Amino acid sequence: MSTTPFNQTLDRLRDTRFWKSIFRRGPARTNRTRSLAIFGNIFLHILPVKVREKSLRARATYYLGSFSFFLFVVLSITGALLMLYYHPATPQAYRDMKDLRFVVSNGVFLRNLHRLAAQAMVLAVFWHMFHVFYRGGYRPPHEFNWVVGVVLLLLTLFLSYTGYLLPWDQLAFWAITVGTNIISAMPVLGKQVRFQLLGGNLVGENALLRFYVLHCVVLPLLAVVFIAVHFWRIQKDGGLTVPEDDERKN
Amino acid sequence: MSEADKPTVKPEGEAKDSGGEISRRDFFNEVAIAALGVAGLGAATVTYRYLSPNVLFEPPTTFRAGNPDLYPVNSVTYITDQQVYIVRTGAGFYAVSAICTHLGCITQWKPEANQIQCPCHGSKFREDGTKIEGPAPRPLPHFSITLTPDGDLLVDKLETIKPDKVLKV
Repeated sequence: MSTTPFNQTLDRLRDTRFWKSIFRRGPARTNRTRSLAIFGNIFLHILPVKVREKSLRARATYYLGSFSFFLFVVLSITGALLMLYYHPATPQAYRDMKDLRFVVSNGVFLRNLHRLAAQAMVLAVFWHMFHVFYRGGYRPPHEFNWVVGVVLLLLTLFLSYTGYLLPWDQLAFWAITVGTNIISAMPVLGKQVRFQLLGGNLVGENALLRFYVLHCVVLPLLAVVFIAVHFWRIQKDGGLTVPEDDERKN
Repeated sequence: MSEADKPTVKPEGEAKDSGGEISRRDFFNEVAIAALGVAGLGAATVTYRYLSPNVLFEPPTTFRAGNPDLYPVNSVTYITDQQVYIVRTGAGFYAVSAICTHLGCITQWKPEANQIQCPCHGSKFREDGTKIEGPAPRPLPHFSITLTPDGDLLVDKLETIKPDKVLKV
Protein backbone atom coordinates (compact mmCIF):
# COMPACT_ATOMS: atom_id res chain seq x y z
CA MET A 1 0.00 0.00 0.00
CA SER A 2 2.42 2.63 1.25
CA THR A 3 5.09 2.65 -1.40
CA THR A 4 6.27 6.22 -1.79
CA PRO A 5 8.72 7.62 0.79
CA PHE A 6 6.08 10.20 1.76
CA ASN A 7 3.51 7.54 2.52
CA GLN A 8 6.04 5.49 4.46
CA THR A 9 6.93 8.51 6.59
CA LEU A 10 3.25 9.21 7.15
CA ASP A 11 2.64 5.61 8.18
CA ARG A 12 5.54 5.72 10.64
CA LEU A 13 4.18 8.99 12.05
CA ARG A 14 0.76 7.39 12.49
CA ASP A 15 2.35 4.63 14.53
CA THR A 16 3.75 7.08 17.08
CA ARG A 17 2.20 7.51 20.50
CA PHE A 18 1.81 11.23 19.80
CA TRP A 19 -0.37 10.66 16.72
CA LYS A 20 -2.42 7.99 18.46
CA SER A 21 -3.07 10.24 21.45
CA ILE A 22 -4.56 12.88 19.12
CA PHE A 23 -6.44 10.70 16.63
CA ARG A 24 -7.16 7.77 18.93
CA ARG A 25 -5.93 5.25 16.35
CA GLY A 26 -2.87 4.22 14.36
CA PRO A 27 -2.42 3.87 10.61
CA ALA A 28 -5.56 2.93 8.65
CA ARG A 29 -4.55 -0.10 6.58
CA THR A 30 -7.90 -1.81 6.05
CA ASN A 31 -11.29 -0.49 4.94
CA ARG A 32 -12.56 -1.05 8.46
CA THR A 33 -9.83 1.04 10.09
CA ARG A 34 -10.23 3.69 7.38
CA SER A 35 -13.94 3.92 8.16
CA LEU A 36 -13.17 4.11 11.87
CA ALA A 37 -10.72 6.95 11.20
CA ILE A 38 -13.58 8.95 9.65
CA PHE A 39 -16.11 7.99 12.34
CA GLY A 40 -13.69 8.85 15.12
CA ASN A 41 -12.84 12.35 13.87
CA ILE A 42 -15.13 15.14 15.01
CA PHE A 43 -14.63 17.13 11.80
CA LEU A 44 -14.93 14.19 9.40
CA HIS A 45 -17.68 12.18 11.08
CA ILE A 46 -20.41 14.31 9.47
CA LEU A 47 -19.06 13.32 6.06
CA PRO A 48 -19.75 9.97 4.42
CA VAL A 49 -17.25 7.19 4.98
CA LYS A 50 -17.73 5.95 1.42
CA VAL A 51 -18.99 7.73 -1.69
CA ARG A 52 -19.89 6.43 -5.09
CA GLU A 53 -17.21 7.22 -7.61
CA LYS A 54 -19.65 8.88 -10.00
CA SER A 55 -20.77 11.37 -7.36
CA LEU A 56 -17.19 12.66 -7.20
CA ARG A 57 -17.12 13.55 -10.90
CA ALA A 58 -17.17 17.23 -11.78
CA ARG A 59 -20.39 16.97 -13.77
CA ALA A 60 -22.21 15.33 -10.87
CA THR A 61 -22.20 18.54 -8.82
CA TYR A 62 -19.71 20.94 -10.42
CA TYR A 63 -18.54 21.14 -6.78
CA LEU A 64 -20.89 24.08 -6.27
CA GLY A 65 -21.72 23.21 -2.66
CA SER A 66 -18.04 22.69 -1.83
CA PHE A 67 -17.23 25.95 -3.58
CA SER A 68 -19.88 27.79 -1.52
CA PHE A 69 -18.40 26.31 1.65
CA PHE A 70 -14.88 27.23 0.57
CA LEU A 71 -16.06 30.82 0.03
CA PHE A 72 -17.68 30.78 3.47
CA VAL A 73 -14.31 29.81 4.98
CA VAL A 74 -12.54 32.55 2.98
CA LEU A 75 -15.15 35.06 4.18
CA SER A 76 -14.77 33.98 7.82
CA ILE A 77 -10.99 34.42 7.72
CA THR A 78 -10.94 37.73 5.81
CA GLY A 79 -13.88 38.97 7.90
CA ALA A 80 -12.13 38.23 11.20
CA LEU A 81 -9.03 40.07 9.93
CA LEU A 82 -11.09 43.08 8.79
CA MET A 83 -12.71 43.26 12.24
CA LEU A 84 -9.32 44.14 13.72
CA TYR A 85 -9.39 47.57 12.07
CA TYR A 86 -13.13 48.28 12.08
CA HIS A 87 -15.22 50.09 14.69
CA PRO A 88 -18.98 49.76 14.27
CA ALA A 89 -19.66 53.39 15.20
CA THR A 90 -20.55 56.54 13.31
CA PRO A 91 -18.71 58.22 11.71
CA GLN A 92 -15.67 56.06 12.57
CA ALA A 93 -16.90 53.11 10.48
CA TYR A 94 -16.58 55.03 7.23
CA ARG A 95 -13.09 56.26 8.16
CA ASP A 96 -12.01 52.72 9.12
CA MET A 97 -13.23 51.48 5.75
CA LYS A 98 -11.20 54.23 4.04
CA ASP A 99 -8.17 53.39 6.22
CA LEU A 100 -8.47 49.75 5.23
CA ARG A 101 -8.31 50.82 1.61
CA PHE A 102 -5.58 53.43 1.76
CA VAL A 103 -3.57 53.13 4.99
CA VAL A 104 -3.51 49.54 6.29
CA SER A 105 -0.95 47.27 4.59
CA ASN A 106 -2.77 44.85 2.29
CA GLY A 107 -6.05 46.14 3.71
CA VAL A 108 -7.42 46.85 0.26
CA PHE A 109 -6.61 43.25 -0.73
CA LEU A 110 -8.47 41.78 2.24
CA ARG A 111 -11.42 44.10 1.84
CA ASN A 112 -11.75 43.37 -1.88
CA LEU A 113 -11.30 39.65 -1.25
CA HIS A 114 -14.09 39.77 1.33
CA ARG A 115 -16.37 41.74 -0.96
CA LEU A 116 -15.73 39.65 -4.08
CA ALA A 117 -15.96 36.36 -2.17
CA ALA A 118 -19.29 37.55 -0.73
CA GLN A 119 -20.65 38.29 -4.20
CA ALA A 120 -19.25 35.00 -5.50
CA MET A 121 -20.86 33.14 -2.61
CA VAL A 122 -24.31 34.52 -3.41
CA LEU A 123 -23.77 33.45 -7.01
CA ALA A 124 -22.42 30.01 -6.02
CA VAL A 125 -25.23 29.33 -3.56
CA PHE A 126 -27.90 30.24 -6.15
CA TRP A 127 -26.16 28.18 -8.81
CA HIS A 128 -25.93 25.26 -6.38
CA MET A 129 -29.64 25.59 -5.65
CA PHE A 130 -30.62 25.65 -9.33
CA HIS A 131 -28.35 22.71 -10.05
CA VAL A 132 -29.84 20.64 -7.23
CA PHE A 133 -33.33 21.65 -8.31
CA TYR A 134 -32.87 20.60 -11.92
CA ARG A 135 -31.28 17.32 -10.79
CA GLY A 136 -34.34 16.65 -8.63
CA GLY A 137 -32.28 16.78 -5.44
CA TYR A 138 -35.28 18.12 -3.49
CA ARG A 139 -37.18 14.81 -3.88
CA PRO A 140 -37.44 12.23 -1.10
CA PRO A 141 -35.39 11.30 0.82
CA HIS A 142 -33.70 14.70 0.38
CA GLU A 143 -36.67 16.98 1.22
CA PHE A 144 -35.38 17.99 4.61
CA ASN A 145 -31.91 18.78 3.32
CA TRP A 146 -33.51 20.90 0.58
CA VAL A 147 -35.25 22.93 3.30
CA VAL A 148 -31.97 23.26 5.21
CA GLY A 149 -30.47 24.48 1.93
CA VAL A 150 -33.19 27.11 1.57
CA VAL A 151 -32.42 28.31 5.10
CA LEU A 152 -28.73 28.51 4.14
CA LEU A 153 -29.64 30.51 1.03
CA LEU A 154 -31.58 32.97 3.21
CA LEU A 155 -28.69 33.14 5.70
CA THR A 156 -26.31 33.90 2.81
CA LEU A 157 -28.58 36.72 1.64
CA PHE A 158 -28.99 38.12 5.17
CA LEU A 159 -25.21 38.00 5.65
CA SER A 160 -24.80 39.84 2.37
CA TYR A 161 -27.39 42.42 3.30
CA THR A 162 -26.11 43.09 6.83
CA GLY A 163 -22.55 43.35 5.52
CA TYR A 164 -23.70 45.92 2.99
CA LEU A 165 -24.32 48.54 5.69
CA LEU A 166 -20.92 48.23 7.37
CA PRO A 167 -18.86 50.51 5.03
CA TRP A 168 -21.27 53.26 6.15
CA ASP A 169 -21.15 55.10 2.81
CA GLN A 170 -24.02 56.57 0.79
CA LEU A 171 -24.65 53.30 -1.02
CA ALA A 172 -24.84 51.42 2.28
CA PHE A 173 -27.09 54.00 3.96
CA TRP A 174 -29.64 54.16 1.16
CA ALA A 175 -29.62 50.43 0.52
CA ILE A 176 -30.54 49.79 4.15
CA THR A 177 -33.04 52.68 4.21
CA VAL A 178 -34.82 51.26 1.16
CA GLY A 179 -34.49 47.65 2.34
CA THR A 180 -35.86 48.25 5.81
CA ASN A 181 -38.72 50.29 4.34
CA ILE A 182 -39.59 47.23 2.28
CA ILE A 183 -39.68 45.27 5.56
CA SER A 184 -42.03 47.85 7.11
CA ALA A 185 -44.47 47.23 4.26
CA MET A 186 -45.06 43.78 5.77
CA PRO A 187 -48.59 43.59 7.20
CA VAL A 188 -49.18 44.10 10.94
CA LEU A 189 -45.60 43.44 12.15
CA GLY A 190 -43.71 45.50 9.55
CA LYS A 191 -43.18 48.69 11.57
CA GLN A 192 -42.17 46.74 14.70
CA VAL A 193 -39.69 44.52 12.84
CA ARG A 194 -38.09 47.58 11.22
CA PHE A 195 -37.82 49.35 14.58
CA GLN A 196 -36.22 46.30 16.22
CA LEU A 197 -33.85 45.69 13.33
CA LEU A 198 -32.67 49.32 13.23
CA GLY A 199 -32.89 49.90 16.96
CA GLY A 200 -34.65 53.16 16.12
CA ASN A 201 -36.66 54.95 13.49
CA LEU A 202 -33.85 55.69 11.10
CA VAL A 203 -30.61 54.13 9.90
CA GLY A 204 -28.22 55.43 12.55
CA GLU A 205 -25.71 54.34 15.16
CA ASN A 206 -27.93 51.61 16.65
CA ALA A 207 -28.67 50.18 13.22
CA LEU A 208 -24.97 49.99 12.38
CA LEU A 209 -24.20 48.20 15.63
CA ARG A 210 -27.09 45.75 15.24
CA PHE A 211 -26.16 44.91 11.68
CA TYR A 212 -22.56 44.46 12.80
CA VAL A 213 -23.52 41.99 15.53
CA LEU A 214 -25.84 40.14 13.15
CA HIS A 215 -23.17 40.07 10.45
CA CYS A 216 -20.23 39.02 12.64
CA VAL A 217 -21.81 36.84 15.34
CA VAL A 218 -25.43 35.75 15.00
CA LEU A 219 -25.70 34.90 11.31
CA PRO A 220 -22.28 33.18 10.96
CA LEU A 221 -23.01 31.00 14.01
CA LEU A 222 -26.39 30.01 12.56
CA ALA A 223 -24.73 29.36 9.20
CA VAL A 224 -22.13 27.04 10.79
CA VAL A 225 -24.86 25.03 12.51
CA PHE A 226 -26.97 24.72 9.37
CA ILE A 227 -23.93 23.90 7.20
CA ALA A 228 -23.04 21.07 9.61
CA VAL A 229 -26.59 19.69 9.44
CA HIS A 230 -26.58 20.10 5.65
CA PHE A 231 -23.38 18.08 5.23
CA TRP A 232 -24.44 15.45 7.73
CA ARG A 233 -27.79 14.93 6.05
CA ILE A 234 -26.20 14.28 2.64
CA GLN A 235 -24.63 11.21 4.20
CA LYS A 236 -27.70 10.17 6.19
CA ASP A 237 -30.00 10.54 3.17
CA GLY A 238 -27.84 8.18 1.15
CA GLY A 239 -25.49 10.43 -0.80
CA LEU A 240 -25.89 12.85 -3.65
CA THR A 241 -28.56 12.73 -6.31
CA VAL A 242 -26.73 11.57 -9.42
CA PRO A 243 -28.77 10.83 -12.55
CA GLU A 244 -29.00 7.12 -13.32
CA ASP A 245 -28.21 7.57 -17.00
CA ASP A 246 -24.95 9.34 -16.15
CA GLU A 247 -23.12 6.05 -16.41
CA ARG A 248 -24.52 5.05 -19.77
CA LYS A 249 -23.79 8.37 -21.47
CA ASN A 250 -20.07 8.16 -20.82
CA MET B 1 -43.05 -19.34 40.02
CA SER B 2 -41.35 -16.15 39.03
CA GLU B 3 -42.42 -16.59 35.40
CA ALA B 4 -45.99 -16.85 36.48
CA ASP B 5 -45.78 -13.93 38.89
CA LYS B 6 -44.26 -11.34 36.60
CA PRO B 7 -46.93 -11.18 33.91
CA THR B 8 -49.63 -10.83 36.54
CA VAL B 9 -47.83 -8.12 38.48
CA LYS B 10 -47.15 -5.89 35.50
CA PRO B 11 -50.70 -5.30 34.27
CA GLU B 12 -51.82 -4.65 37.81
CA GLY B 13 -49.10 -2.05 38.27
CA GLU B 14 -49.98 -0.36 34.99
CA ALA B 15 -53.64 -0.37 35.85
CA LYS B 16 -52.84 1.31 39.14
CA ASP B 17 -50.81 4.04 37.39
CA SER B 18 -53.13 4.86 34.53
CA GLY B 19 -56.44 4.20 36.21
CA GLY B 20 -57.69 7.75 35.61
CA GLU B 21 -55.20 9.10 38.12
CA ILE B 22 -51.92 10.75 37.24
CA SER B 23 -48.77 9.38 38.84
CA ARG B 24 -46.61 11.54 41.07
CA ARG B 25 -43.72 11.34 38.59
CA ASP B 26 -45.89 12.45 35.65
CA PHE B 27 -47.38 15.24 37.74
CA PHE B 28 -43.98 16.64 38.64
CA ASN B 29 -42.79 16.24 35.05
CA GLU B 30 -45.73 18.26 33.79
CA VAL B 31 -45.27 20.92 36.44
CA ALA B 32 -41.60 21.17 35.47
CA ILE B 33 -42.44 21.50 31.75
CA ALA B 34 -45.04 24.16 32.50
CA ALA B 35 -42.56 26.05 34.68
CA LEU B 36 -39.95 25.91 31.94
CA GLY B 37 -42.54 27.12 29.44
CA VAL B 38 -43.48 30.09 31.63
CA ALA B 39 -39.81 30.89 32.24
CA GLY B 40 -39.08 30.64 28.52
CA LEU B 41 -41.98 32.92 27.65
CA GLY B 42 -40.82 35.40 30.26
CA ALA B 43 -37.26 35.29 28.95
CA ALA B 44 -38.51 35.90 25.40
CA THR B 45 -40.62 38.87 26.54
CA VAL B 46 -37.80 40.37 28.58
CA THR B 47 -35.37 39.94 25.66
CA TYR B 48 -37.82 41.55 23.27
CA ARG B 49 -38.15 44.51 25.64
CA TYR B 50 -34.36 44.67 25.92
CA LEU B 51 -34.10 44.88 22.13
CA SER B 52 -36.41 47.92 21.93
CA PRO B 53 -34.37 50.97 22.93
CA ASN B 54 -36.06 53.35 25.37
CA VAL B 55 -33.85 56.31 24.60
CA LEU B 56 -33.07 57.21 21.01
CA PHE B 57 -30.25 59.51 20.04
CA GLU B 58 -31.97 60.68 16.91
CA PRO B 59 -32.29 64.25 15.63
CA PRO B 60 -35.21 66.19 17.15
CA THR B 61 -38.42 66.03 15.16
CA THR B 62 -39.39 69.66 15.80
CA PHE B 63 -37.47 72.47 14.20
CA ARG B 64 -37.65 76.22 13.60
CA ALA B 65 -37.77 77.20 9.95
CA GLY B 66 -36.99 80.87 10.53
CA ASN B 67 -39.00 84.02 9.93
CA PRO B 68 -41.90 83.76 7.44
CA ASP B 69 -40.51 86.75 5.55
CA LEU B 70 -37.58 84.58 4.40
CA TYR B 71 -39.93 82.74 2.05
CA PRO B 72 -41.25 84.57 -1.04
CA VAL B 73 -44.88 84.00 -2.04
CA ASN B 74 -45.32 81.01 -4.42
CA SER B 75 -42.01 79.41 -3.51
CA VAL B 76 -40.83 75.93 -2.52
CA THR B 77 -37.83 75.86 -0.18
CA TYR B 78 -36.04 72.69 0.75
CA ILE B 79 -34.67 72.52 4.30
CA THR B 80 -31.67 70.21 3.81
CA ASP B 81 -31.10 69.25 7.45
CA GLN B 82 -34.72 68.36 8.08
CA GLN B 83 -35.79 66.89 4.75
CA VAL B 84 -38.87 69.10 4.59
CA TYR B 85 -40.19 71.49 1.93
CA ILE B 86 -41.57 74.78 3.18
CA VAL B 87 -44.13 75.87 0.59
CA ARG B 88 -45.57 79.38 0.56
CA THR B 89 -48.58 80.07 -1.61
CA GLY B 90 -50.87 83.05 -1.74
CA ALA B 91 -53.00 81.36 0.93
CA GLY B 92 -50.14 80.78 3.36
CA PHE B 93 -47.62 78.18 4.49
CA TYR B 94 -47.49 74.45 4.61
CA ALA B 95 -44.69 71.94 5.25
CA VAL B 96 -44.36 68.87 3.00
CA SER B 97 -42.21 65.86 3.80
CA ALA B 98 -39.35 65.32 1.37
CA ILE B 99 -39.14 61.59 2.16
CA CYS B 100 -40.63 59.52 -0.64
CA THR B 101 -43.56 57.39 0.50
CA HIS B 102 -42.31 54.56 -1.68
CA LEU B 103 -39.08 53.43 0.02
CA GLY B 104 -37.82 56.42 1.95
CA CYS B 105 -35.45 58.13 -0.48
CA ILE B 106 -35.10 61.91 -0.33
CA THR B 107 -36.99 63.64 -3.13
CA GLN B 108 -35.85 66.76 -4.93
CA TRP B 109 -37.75 69.90 -5.93
CA LYS B 110 -37.30 70.52 -9.66
CA PRO B 111 -38.30 74.15 -10.32
CA GLU B 112 -37.98 73.76 -14.09
CA ALA B 113 -40.58 70.94 -14.10
CA ASN B 114 -42.56 72.41 -11.19
CA GLN B 115 -42.44 68.96 -9.61
CA ILE B 116 -41.03 67.08 -6.66
CA GLN B 117 -39.14 64.08 -8.07
CA CYS B 118 -37.62 61.04 -6.41
CA PRO B 119 -34.19 59.99 -7.73
CA CYS B 120 -34.51 56.36 -6.64
CA HIS B 121 -37.50 54.99 -8.52
CA GLY B 122 -38.92 57.99 -10.39
CA SER B 123 -41.96 58.96 -8.34
CA LYS B 124 -43.29 62.46 -9.13
CA PHE B 125 -45.33 64.76 -6.91
CA ARG B 126 -46.85 68.21 -7.14
CA GLU B 127 -45.62 70.90 -4.76
CA ASP B 128 -48.53 70.18 -2.41
CA GLY B 129 -47.35 66.56 -2.14
CA THR B 130 -50.09 65.00 -4.28
CA LYS B 131 -48.87 62.18 -6.47
CA ILE B 132 -48.47 62.63 -10.23
CA GLU B 133 -47.02 59.23 -11.01
CA GLY B 134 -44.60 56.55 -9.98
CA PRO B 135 -44.35 53.69 -7.58
CA ALA B 136 -45.08 55.83 -4.51
CA PRO B 137 -48.31 54.54 -2.97
CA ARG B 138 -49.34 57.72 -1.11
CA PRO B 139 -48.96 61.47 -1.44
CA LEU B 140 -46.21 63.17 0.59
CA PRO B 141 -47.58 63.97 4.05
CA HIS B 142 -48.00 67.52 5.39
CA PHE B 143 -46.43 68.28 8.77
CA SER B 144 -47.91 70.50 11.43
CA ILE B 145 -46.65 74.06 10.99
CA THR B 146 -47.25 76.83 13.54
CA LEU B 147 -45.75 80.11 14.64
CA THR B 148 -43.62 80.43 17.76
CA PRO B 149 -44.39 83.33 20.12
CA ASP B 150 -41.43 85.23 18.66
CA GLY B 151 -42.78 84.85 15.12
CA ASP B 152 -40.72 81.95 13.67
CA LEU B 153 -42.16 79.04 11.73
CA LEU B 154 -42.21 75.83 13.80
CA VAL B 155 -42.55 72.44 12.09
CA ASP B 156 -43.32 69.22 13.94
CA LYS B 157 -42.42 66.16 11.87
CA LEU B 158 -44.16 63.76 14.22
CA GLU B 159 -47.53 65.36 13.60
CA THR B 160 -49.03 65.02 10.14
CA ILE B 161 -52.00 67.18 9.27
CA LYS B 162 -54.59 67.26 6.54
CA PRO B 163 -53.20 68.70 3.29
CA ASP B 164 -55.90 71.40 3.07
CA LYS B 165 -54.72 73.05 6.31
CA VAL B 166 -52.65 76.14 5.58
CA LEU B 167 -50.92 78.45 8.04
CA LYS B 168 -51.94 82.01 7.33
CA VAL B 169 -49.41 84.64 8.34
